[in-house]
Amino acid sequence: MSLLILNIVFAAVFTLLWDSGNIILFLSGFALGYMILWVTSPLYQDTGYFKKLPKTLNLTVYFLKELVISNLRVLWDVITPRHISRPGIIGIPLEARTDLEIFMVANLISLTPGTLSLDLSEDRKTLFVHVMFLENVEKTRADIKNGLEKRVLEVMRS
Amino acid sequence: MIEYVTGLLILAGSFFCLVAALGVIRLPDPLIRMHAATKAGSLGAGLLTLAHALFYQEMGNSLRAVTLILLLLLTAPVAAHLIGRVAYRSGEPLSERTWIDELKKKTNLPP
Repeated sequence: MSLLILNIVFAAVFTLLWDSGNIILFLSGFALGYMILWVTSPLYQDTGYFKKLPKTLNLTVYFLKELVISNLRVLWDVITPRHISRPGIIGIPLEARTDLEIFMVANLISLTPGTLSLDLSEDRKTLFVHVMFLENVEKTRADIKNGLEKRVLEVMRS
Repeated sequence: MIEYVTGLLILAGSFFCLVAALGVIRLPDPLIRMHAATKAGSLGAGLLTLAHALFYQEMGNSLRAVTLILLLLLTAPVAAHLIGRVAYRSGEPLSERTWIDELKKKTNLPP
């Protein structure tokens, strides 16, 4: 965590050194700082940071891809006269335990088009999800568990 | 060059906002409507904000854009979740195309 703050400070200083700052400069400063920290990584005790950042990027890219691709299906159902949706509500067994983990998983499920987190069971072990195009219950369940939840937990727990 | 990209982003963003609005009117039940309102809505607003940040390349604008997008991504699903949950619990009829409902089996809520 302290390495992340150090990295952000580095990026901020890097940006301030130019006379006009924009987000691209900040990001390149962040990348440069990351490389410097990586080269000097034997100096620090907690090395989890260097595993966490690639996984966060992996999650972000995966999420953006899902967001754009499956928005098109919702779009198709909205603009064509016939409804092609096959909605259903399925329960997904959760491995996420803490509030923050469940929040992240539920939020990202809601943001990926086609799925909407609806309710959490009393024992906090099952998340009920409304799926807009449900063809195969087991496959959808496995997709969400192995695609989204696994990636979120990798980021949160490393 | 940057003008064309900005123009494309604005067009795509407004298109998705339009789809979200149409979806809220056209789709059959409250839960499905929430799908259109959150996803297409936040994607559309996100694209518009991105276009703004790309056109005015200054630190203040970029930071504001990043903050806006993060806020959108954090709040839209929470609102959709609560609206959907309320709609389900208050017994709004689901679309007749809904073919499986595992929540109904688990809870003994009034139908």
